[in-house]
Amino acid sequence: MEELKPTRVIDARGSFCPGPLMEMIKAYKQGKVGDIISVYSTDTGTKKDAPEWIKKSGNELIGVYERNGYFEIVMRKTK
Amino acid sequence: MAEKVALILFSGTMDKLMAGSIIASGAVANGMDVDIFVTFWALLQLKKSGAPKPTLSPEAGDMSKQIMKIMQEKKVPSWLDTIRNLKDIGNVNLYGCAMFADLLGLKKEDLDPLVKDVIGVSQFVDMAKDSKMTLFL
Repeated sequence: MEELKPTRVIDARGSFCPGPLMEMIKAYKQGKVGDIISVYSTDTGTKKDAPEWIKKSGNELIGVYERNGYFEIVMRKTK
Repeated sequence: MAEKVALILFSGTMDKLMAGSIIASGAVANGMDVDIFVTFWALLQLKKSGAPKPTLSPEAGDMSKQIMKIMQEKKVPSWLDTIRNLKDIGNVNLYGCAMFADLLGLKKEDLDPLVKDVIGVSQFVDMAKDSKMTLFL
């Protein structure tokens, strides 16, 4: 698969629920359609909440990836 | 018009204030507006000068010191910083309670600049009456 290059990377590691989600929403609001936003997080609430938010808000969840000691959530702003 | 959550912050302990700011975050994440009425011990925490040192609820008991230390080490943002950040992405309004402010001779200028206005309970209930949920903390 082609490696998607994020427009914006948010390193929210060490921040607690709902911090990473709120940072993602902020980036989403500041961004434009087509942007790819990537969030690094170590918070377990975010792992569930962020993909849920992406789907409910009508955007595209590209994936949730396990990384070394954290996970990465990648979304595309489609609206 | 966006759906709304109304919060009444009464307790001035740090944990309950944080619970309020976190619920407000959840509301903003769901595209909801938030109106927050701050009264009694919570209002004291909004004083620009002479605010009591924030503590945890008594039920924290022996764990209080340890938890405060952990929160400091892990750089957990203060409830007010959380609210401040929320204002960038959502419609969150903080109102001081006129009754308690009058009792202590506090004016809007004596409170954190995040406070939009000092209002009476009737005006707040009017704001809250159409909200999806109203919580008293």
